[in-house]
Amino acid sequence: MTQATDTSSRTRAQIADRTLRKDPWWRAPAITATLLTIWVLYATVHVFLGRWYWVPKYHYLTPFYSPCISGSCATGSASLGTWFGKVPSIIPYALVSLPFVLGFRLTCYYYRRAYYRAFWRAPAACAVREPHKTYTGETRFPLIMQNLHRYFFFAVILISVLNTYDLTQAFRGPNGDFGLGLGTLIMLINVMLLWAYTLSCHSCRHITGGRLRHFSAHPVRYWIWTQVSKLNGRHMQLAWITLGTLMLTDLYIMLVASGAISDLRFYN
Amino acid sequence: MGYQAQLRIWRGDAGRGDLADYKVEVNEGEVVLDVLHRLQATQAGDLAIRWNCKAGKCGSCSMEINGRPRLACMTRMSTFGENETLTITPMRTFPVIRDLVTDVSFNYAKAREIPSFTPDPATKPGEFRMQQVDVNRSQEFRKCIECFLCQNTCHVIRDHTENEGAFAGPRFLMRIAELEMHPADTADRREIAQDDFGLGLCNITKCCTEVCPEHIKITDNALIPMKERVAGRKYDPLVWLGSKIGRRQVKDTPKVPGKK
Ligand code: SF4
Ligand code: SF4
Ligand code: FES
Ligand code: FES
Repeated sequence: MTQATDTSSRTRAQIADRTLRKDPWWRAPAITATLLTIWVLYATVHVFLGRWYWVPKYHYLTPFYSPCISGSCATGSASLGTWFGKVPSIIPYALVSLPFVLGFRLTCYYYRRAYYRAFWRAPAACAVREPHKTYTGETRFPLIMQNLHRYFFFAVILISVLNTYDLTQAFRGPNGDFGLGLGTLIMLINVMLLWAYTLSCHSCRHITGGRLRHFSAHPVRYWIWTQVSKLNGRHMQLAWITLGTLMLTDLYIMLVASGAISDLRFYN
Repeated sequence: MGYQAQLRIWRGDAGRGDLADYKVEVNEGEVVLDVLHRLQATQAGDLAIRWNCKAGKCGSCSMEINGRPRLACMTRMSTFGENETLTITPMRTFPVIRDLVTDVSFNYAKAREIPSFTPDPATKPGEFRMQQVDVNRSQEFRKCIECFLCQNTCHVIRDHTENEGAFAGPRFLMRIAELEMHPADTADRREIAQDDFGLGLCNITKCCTEVCPEHIKITDNALIPMKERVAGRKYDPLVWLGSKIGRRQVKDTPKVPGKK
């Protein structure tokens, strides 16, 4: 039991150092900041480039341009039809999906941790004093909007279906029959991992079963929850791996589309 | 075999103090607490340390070793180089009583504020049956030894004393999560979790999880699920609409008296 001690005269140990840690605690946030910056720069450039996103011969479409809804989209690349006329590429061709994909990752519980640590430095590492005078966390606008993560999750489920459709198209060779190339395999791996990332989401874990108090009364949802929880344990890894596979898929399609390399075909 | 370790230990009381240098013998297999005890027995008889079990189970010996919040009894000397100077300080977030001993009553005060287990009054004692799957989640949280290392490390209060009133800290937000996941509990603490216990201040940067000696996944299994529950209660437009047209009834646990 605690006694009613007089705590008023006591203060914390006055230690001036920001941290007494001697291990390279600055390394992880520095790596995170570097990798995220590289990725964002790369993606921004290609999204606004307006070319090299579609390989008509093998029906490869990069995820950064799916669904291609602009009137400027190459013939055959617009899986959902064109929604408006020809516009300059400053309007991204995948205007309807990109904000949701971006919002999903921005409000993702893992990425939040990553950028709060790497960029906002609140805190850069544990037991390292943060540079800010005041702190309100996620209690106010704009950060209170992080609570809408589940809506981005629902939107991204639909986008993942679309990515899967794009993948089925990549199994068609030049004459429309079955075909298989290295690009198809890269897209296959990317789509599988995107599904794994999306389903490992904390909101998904909550919606599928986590919100229940009484697991034994809902055996099916409990089972689904246990499966999602297993994936969820790998959420951070999947967040990074899918950044990698997204970039790789896009880069490969860009190189093939621009003619810099030709697709390695296994069949047709 | 044995060697002389260099220690720098924060000595002082009422917050004022300084790092003092010592050289202490270390033998194979020892932990930091052993070395502190030897120092106490041979050179600094008045050194204050709190400890009890020496087995990582009582949660008394929390301190900061080379800047990292740890249990002194579970930190092996072999994890440091023989020539390395160990800097040992009290937990930074709590007031110092003396030397390495801090006053952790902040945590007991927070514990008392949380509305306790509220079973349905219609259920008679002994009537309720629970399956293992219903208690798995709570059992993880029950491993807590109340060392308060998580509370100490959380930047919300460690770096911002002004949040001490508004924030219960990871250990007690986890307690709320435990009750919210309890199949026989009927209270709804989602709103007060956010408004009175400061769940929104947590930015899920996971330092509590990183330092927990019981390896409880505080952030993934308690705080984030709790944030999702709160989102469902307070920030979900569809749920809000449902409550307006009367499809869902929400009965919040009343505000904590004396809060805001
Ligand atoms: S995850 Fe939240 S509660 Fe845990 S240390 Fe970080 S801010 Fe504090
Ligand atoms: S949750 Fe872990 S770190 Fe926090 S008080 Fe309990 S045992 Fe200690
Ligand atoms: S996508 Fe990361 S938590 Fe939802
Ligand atoms: S002495 Fe009990 S936990 Fe260290």
